[in-house]
Amino acid sequence: MTGRRVAVIAGGVVLLALLPELRLTIPGVLPGPTSSAGSLQLLAVCLLIGALAVTYDLLFGLAGLLSFGHALFFGTGCYVFALAVERWHLPLLVAALFTLAVGSATALVVGAVSLRVRDISFAMVTLAFAQAGSLLVYRNFGGYTGGEEGLGLSGTRLPGWLVGVGNTKNLYWLALAIAVLVYAKVVWVSRTRAGRMMAAVRENDLRVQVIGVRPYVVRLMAFVASGALATMVGMGYVLVAGGANPQVTTPAFTLSLLVMVVLGGAGALWGAMLGGVLYTLLDQRLAVLASSSAITSLPAVLRVPLSQPLFLLGTLFVLVVLFLPGGLAGALRRFRHHRAAARGLAIEPAPAAAEDEARVA
Amino acid sequence: MNILSVRGLDAFIGGQQILHDVGFDVAGRGVTALLGRNGVGKTTTLKAVLGLVRRRGEVLLDGVRIDGDRTHRIVARGVGYVPEDREIFARLTVAENLELAARTDHPDRQLVDRLFPELGERARQAAGTLSGGQQQMVALARVLQNENRLLLVDEPTKGLAPRVVGEVADAIALAAQRVPVLLVEQDLRVVTRLARDVVVMAEGRVVHTGPAPELLADRDLVQRLLGVHRRTAA
Amino acid sequence: MSTVVLLTVTGLGLGGLYFLVASGLSLIYGLMRVLNFAHGAFLTLGAYVGYQAGRHVGGGASWSAFTVMLIVGTATGALLALLTELLLVRRLYERVIEQVLVTVGVGLGLVALVNGTWGADARPFPAPAWMGRTTTMLGARIPNNRLVCIAVAGAVLVGLLALLNRTHHGLIIRAGVENRTMVSALGIDVQRSFTAVFVIGGAAAGLGGVLAALYNGSVTPGMGDSLLIFAFIVVVIGGLGSISGSAVAALVVALLQQFTNYYGVSGLGDFVVVLALAGVLLVRPAGLFGRAA
Repeated sequence: MTGRRVAVIAGGVVLLALLPELRLTIPGVLPGPTSSAGSLQLLAVCLLIGALAVTYDLLFGLAGLLSFGHALFFGTGCYVFALAVERWHLPLLVAALFTLAVGSATALVVGAVSLRVRDISFAMVTLAFAQAGSLLVYRNFGGYTGGEEGLGLSGTRLPGWLVGVGNTKNLYWLALAIAVLVYAKVVWVSRTRAGRMMAAVRENDLRVQVIGVRPYVVRLMAFVASGALATMVGMGYVLVAGGANPQVTTPAFTLSLLVMVVLGGAGALWGAMLGGVLYTLLDQRLAVLASSSAITSLPAVLRVPLSQPLFLLGTLFVLVVLFLPGGLAGALRRFRHHRAAARGLAIEPAPAAAEDEARVA
Repeated sequence: MNILSVRGLDAFIGGQQILHDVGFDVAGRGVTALLGRNGVGKTTTLKAVLGLVRRRGEVLLDGVRIDGDRTHRIVARGVGYVPEDREIFARLTVAENLELAARTDHPDRQLVDRLFPELGERARQAAGTLSGGQQQMVALARVLQNENRLLLVDEPTKGLAPRVVGEVADAIALAAQRVPVLLVEQDLRVVTRLARDVVVMAEGRVVHTGPAPELLADRDLVQRLLGVHRRTAA
Repeated sequence: MSTVVLLTVTGLGLGGLYFLVASGLSLIYGLMRVLNFAHGAFLTLGAYVGYQAGRHVGGGASWSAFTVMLIVGTATGALLALLTELLLVRRLYERVIEQVLVTVGVGLGLVALVNGTWGADARPFPAPAWMGRTTTMLGARIPNNRLVCIAVAGAVLVGLLALLNRTHHGLIIRAGVENRTMVSALGIDVQRSFTAVFVIGGAAAGLGGVLAALYNGSVTPGMGDSLLIFAFIVVVIGGLGSISGSAVAALVVALLQQFTNYYGVSGLGDFVVVLALAGVLLVRPAGLFGRAA
């Protein structure tokens, strides 16, 4: 990462950290000024889903593993943490460590089993596991999960600074911290030897086999790392959202992660973060926009599609896949390359060649 | 007039460049043998002509550029392809394999029956249950039943028993009386018997072209270009 | 005993539904290597548009209305599949991941349209009165709509097998499932078969949608996606690209589900089926009848 890019990202993080103290308004996008609880809540969710998208990009973009089961680990983070705090009365830190352990173990087991097959079969096995998990949650076996209602966090078991509308900015900072941590961790992994092997294995097993490493082990590492990180994000999410809801365990949710990563640009980690944030913003705000008078007064032919966030997101997604390969990150990379070429400079290699290398932030 | 001309052909598999600026001609009659050690890009060259791999450069069939066409269009122009490892459809019967490949309603069944009488008896047999030699016959028959302007044949004698090698060579010789053939072959006895011209490749490039007898007579050249463990002409 | 008969026949009916959805998926994957995530949406729209059309024929509870529903549902599925393949999937030739992604987007968008047009709540599905009655077979009282599902699915199975085994185009498809590159190398335009297979799959899905609505007694926006998961499971267990494999797997999965749900805990059946998928994949990655991918 160039020094300039580090500076940009650091600056961005500082700005984000300061947001609760500023009164910036972005009408149409945020429900209120950035110091308001509503906006902070929204931004916190965006940051966490963005972080989750980054963990998925580690799996899909870097290691090339199309998994349909990622929701399983996020859901595990949500539900196990909620149970640990609400039902089993564990102190916060112990609950967090316990949840992380459970999430990592689940990832290890699921990964060990699923990675024995490749490509589409792998995708289907992960789908099966996630579906099984989702079924467990929805059917409320043993009364643990609250079924369709989800598991609320009553707040009585949480430290004061995490509870209450007035403390939304603490939750926001927690979300920001988690997002920064997860992003940094994934970038770091991608630059280690393990990370480069994951990128190598995405293209061709032989490239690691010739140095005596088993592709299975490399993929398993990627799977466990991304699963564990997803669990962590899940814990943050359940705090911010005030409870665990079963929708996040569904294969449909994993599909939305896939959409986010592709929109932002698979393999460009900051792209995944951006994709996650944008998707969540669109999803939340379009729903509000849809009920506004501007839309409801339209004739049905226009109103129906425009009032459905998923229709717009689905269409946008199709357009990106068709016309903007590499997502937003890819488009930006090509734009910068053209600008540099126009100035007669060669700042970075042509985007096509860059795509062949291991992609890093 | 050359039936096939290749100019400046680069080809890529995965991200790797396999062929570098390959250029040669195939005469409008007889067998042109494409030779070289393992891995130099002979099969890739045939695939590149057909558009089965990503490639750049010019490919002309009888003076007409075909490098912009999709594979099935190139084949429909009259290019018959017998791939390495045969690639017949194992779950289909012999008759179905032939039917599938017939480019018109009246394929030359007589020729097929004459060249490969065994196939007639096994028409309803699943092609996957045939021996290697019989599968090779199916692979040849399905192409020879059509009217072709050029045949691309890739290592047809690979892994076959000596008697069958002879039969396959006979079939190709017969076909070559009417249609020019570009033949990839490792077995120099077959090459000696069939080839008029040779094109020799090394490391993705063409290193030698010329009449076959000249090359084959020059033991040192053969050794240098094709390596020691080739079965040379007696 | 009568319970066993009832469970079996109901299982066969459910299996018929699974087969209708799975058959298309299996062919599409077998020939094109594309996991069609829009397939559930084809089913859902087939059901809804068929439902809407049937209601215009005297309220929808007559045999003529039901016939209209079947035809319209099938046509809707076929048309959506045609548009999806021609406009979207075809442009991404040889880019399989992107093709899968595009079907995800289409699936999301289509279901959202259904939500917007008809609302998210389940609507009761009108059917001829006979459907709601039962027929006594071997001491069990079988709901007639299950029998209709079995009959239609059976007819489609026979038709598909005939298409594949007795027509020239079916020959191309069977060969393409084995080795589509070689089919091109024999001078055949495989892309046309891609379209054909997509359309056939879409038609079967649309038809399946109407029958699923009949089976459940209602239409809901989520009906396609919940069936889609089971269809994927059936396709993988039965072997990608194999119609007879899908048929057998559909029956096995449905029967397993029915019996486990009844004799075990409700909901356990779904879980067991999912585990069966993982099990089969690990032991025989090509599925029961499949060729190695």
